[in-house]
Amino acid sequence: MTRTLAIVVVLCWAAGLAAAAGVPPDVPPEVLKAEAERIAVIEKAKDSVLAVFSAAGGGGGSGVVISADGYALSNFHVAMPTGPAMKCGMADGRLYDAVVVGLDPTGDVALVKLFGRDDFPHAELADSDQVRAGDSVFAMGNPFLLATDFQPTATWGIISGVHRYQFPAGTLLEYTDCLQTDASINPGNSGGPLFDARGRLIGINGRASFEKRGRVSVGVGYAVSINQVRNFLGCLHSGRIVDHATLGATVGLDEERRLVVTDVLDTSDAYRRGLRYGDEILAFGGRTVETPNAFKNVLGIFPKGWRVPLSYRRNGKRFDVLVRLAGVHSEDELLAKLSGRGPREPMPIPKPGEKPGDRPGEKPGGPRKPPDRDDDFPDPKPGPLPIPAATAKPAMPEIVHKHFDEKRGYANYYFNRLHRDRVWKAWNARGDFAGQDRTWLLAGTLARGDKFTLSVAGGQVVLGLPRGDVKWSVPEELGSSLEPIGSGGLFAALSLWRRLAVEGLDKFGEVTYLGTAPWAGHPGLLDVLVGRHGGVECRYYFDVATGLLAGLEMSAHEHADPCELHFTEYRESDGRWTPRRIEVRCGDEPVADFRVDLFTLSKPDPS
Amino acid sequence: MSQPLRWIAVWALGAVAAGLPARAFGDAGPPAGAGPPAARESAGATALVDTIARVQPKVVKIYGAGGYRGMEAYQSGILISPQGHVLTAWSYVLDTEEIGVTLSDGRKLQGKLLGADPRLEIAVLKIEAAGVPWFELSKAPAVEPGTRVLALSNLFGVAVGSEPVSVQHGTIAAKTRLAARRGVFETPYRGTVYVLDAVTNNPGAAGGALVTRRGELVALLGKEVRNTLNNTWLNYAVPIAELRESVEQIRAGKLATLRPDEPAGKVARPHSIEGFGIVLVPDVVERTPPFVDRVVEGSPAAAAGILPDDLVVLVGEHLVPSCKALREELQHIDADEKVKLTVLRAEEMLEFVLQASLSDRKTL
Repeated sequence: MTRTLAIVVVLCWAAGLAAAAGVPPDVPPEVLKAEAERIAVIEKAKDSVLAVFSAAGGGGGSGVVISADGYALSNFHVAMPTGPAMKCGMADGRLYDAVVVGLDPTGDVALVKLFGRDDFPHAELADSDQVRAGDSVFAMGNPFLLATDFQPTATWGIISGVHRYQFPAGTLLEYTDCLQTDASINPGNSGGPLFDARGRLIGINGRASFEKRGRVSVGVGYAVSINQVRNFLGCLHSGRIVDHATLGATVGLDEERRLVVTDVLDTSDAYRRGLRYGDEILAFGGRTVETPNAFKNVLGIFPKGWRVPLSYRRNGKRFDVLVRLAGVHSEDELLAKLSGRGPREPMPIPKPGEKPGDRPGEKPGGPRKPPDRDDDFPDPKPGPLPIPAATAKPAMPEIVHKHFDEKRGYANYYFNRLHRDRVWKAWNARGDFAGQDRTWLLAGTLARGDKFTLSVAGGQVVLGLPRGDVKWSVPEELGSSLEPIGSGGLFAALSLWRRLAVEGLDKFGEVTYLGTAPWAGHPGLLDVLVGRHGGVECRYYFDVATGLLAGLEMSAHEHADPCELHFTEYRESDGRWTPRRIEVRCGDEPVADFRVDLFTLSKPDPS
Repeated sequence: MSQPLRWIAVWALGAVAAGLPARAFGDAGPPAGAGPPAARESAGATALVDTIARVQPKVVKIYGAGGYRGMEAYQSGILISPQGHVLTAWSYVLDTEEIGVTLSDGRKLQGKLLGADPRLEIAVLKIEAAGVPWFELSKAPAVEPGTRVLALSNLFGVAVGSEPVSVQHGTIAAKTRLAARRGVFETPYRGTVYVLDAVTNNPGAAGGALVTRRGELVALLGKEVRNTLNNTWLNYAVPIAELRESVEQIRAGKLATLRPDEPAGKVARPHSIEGFGIVLVPDVVERTPPFVDRVVEGSPAAAAGILPDDLVVLVGEHLVPSCKALREELQHIDADEKVKLTVLRAEEMLEFVLQASLSDRKTL
């Protein structure tokens, strides 16, 4: 009976043709046209939808493919219980091997990669900030695991609310800035797509308000907005377990209903950018914010480490700053939370009465208490599946095995190396310095008009100025010598610039791919490599299109402003692209502005 | 196979295919010259988005008593006058001196309970606000099954502060009388309802608005109602026509209001609750609901059929939300007069006419 119903529901779109022949003649043509369009949209959209299972055929959730080479989105709470290897059924009736790529436990998002095709049907990503309450939408996926033939179920509805905030369950699975819909979201829908009426992807379904009526839709489902996913996508591609962000400040409404800072950590970047207790928050992350929920919504859509614009007002004066977001969890905390649910354990059914907690430091400001227990975990009892009966721990398929590396802090380290190498190769193609132990010689003028020379070698940096040379020898601990004073460590940053170019990935020290992040003054998102050497961390920002290094920032201490080098006005000479301008900043202050007329290498060492 | 497919297809086509009047579809209305933004798929969709944005500010969030499992301390309400009259569901949420009403602009105001009609399960609040957007009850149209509607409410308390209330879509599946037999549906309301095909009656949704796709108010969302025989839940809304007269009477102070604060008017020889042979529960908190703890054997209350655990809701046409209010109310009624007590017994509203016992009167 259930199966019959499933087929009926699934094939609802197909029935349109049959019905068209038999409908009364007085159906207005626009109704028939709208229906035909809807059928066509669903018919096309279904091809990108996944039914997600564990390698043994257990578990069960949904997903959606977003690229022709098989990258797909699902929920963290779907991918976590399946473990790194999973099976994904598609509407073509085939079952594909897939591997987990990256995890966002707080945002409840997982990136996976499917194997077996290079022409996967995939969904087009829309701009979910354009979505409004009342827009027609439809969810697709595998609710109640009905799709034994992998034909996804479609449920149609409208957007009930946008920019919704739903409290975390524990400190994970927080739904910020999410879309609320009355399209039915049931157990098994988790990880599946929410499409707009044109069939474009606007969100990842993953949560619903369930209460006394049991775990079935009551017309209140939530989807992670695709714009949030877009922000995290680069980081998910890095193979990491990605963390969310905090500002280091809490906010609340004052008596005049202004959004004001109620506390700020003096170790936070927000504090260093001038934010103080009582300041009125005007805008955050490019949005006007007026309520604590709106503030938390903005906070939730950015990965840890991004710099986002913040505008605040004090005594009538407005301040516009860029603030670095710290992580919500320490690495240990994040991993501990993951290990709480072992990858191959069945997903627990939430205990009755279990209450979601608040994130420390981000207390809710409104009168609302978490009203419900409403995480949508995949149905713990999947139906019979066309997967060979397997033992509890099946061997990893060869293709998955080849694309999976286990490493602490990573969902799948394989993809980190993949992108690290890609970024490095793209940069290296713009100028090969690798293995050439030659001194970099730069000459030009400073913004004031003074001439300068700069020589950057493996062991020493020399800045030549009209009043004399400043010599700096590279110490063992780079953080022990942050000179010139006030620069945050310009000499160390210059030496790390050269070090990555010359020593390369293998000899630099530990180099990993962080994902993508914005860089001040640069459009779009950039690829970021993180290098650790000499006790400091250095982030290298590469332009995605050109492969060129747009900037780097060296942090000697977690709670101090890094030294930033901004590289622009690249020119080619001798087959190498080098910047003709290097702006140095630390905190809010510009430190130096090098106009580079000449960039050469010293003669090769005759030996 | 073709039969169920056909049936589903007909259902998908909606009211027209089902042979219902075409106006059910026509009510989306063409947009008046507004160019659709790129993100909207059609002009009609733009109109719907605009309609919702226009109607949402007429729905308010109400906070009050409750807060434990299954008893949410919030519900919804609709503004019905520019002066700040709010129509909402009569429920335990209002059983507090501190009723909070949050407007769509985020303003949090105190709501004063003007009165209620427990039989219709409605109450009218008044907030100190002027120029608020509002629904005109006299203009609420009657609609027929097949009409596509929107439900606006703060279900699950999803929205807080200035966040817009939630909106759901559905179709009026039936216009019928609510079979409010005790033990089947847990509500005293027995009048006409619109039954909806969407899960609109969620926690916190009671008192929300049911509107057409043009934004015209047609009904007030009811409470969560469960059929105890088969554990199914009914989603319904009460047509405005059923409520209009009561609302007017409450606003005029004629029906089920709280007695105005007037020390005068107390009679020399009043009734007392003990005179009826009713023992109330101990009055321990400020607003102890007037539950009957015990009924004295052979007393007028026993003879009339009042039982322990009955909740006294009305004395005459006055609301008595607390033991104290009940005692005070009786102070205004001469012991020689008959008194009508309306009690709530397991979600059923019952009326009893009582006269103090002769022996009791002798003592006065």
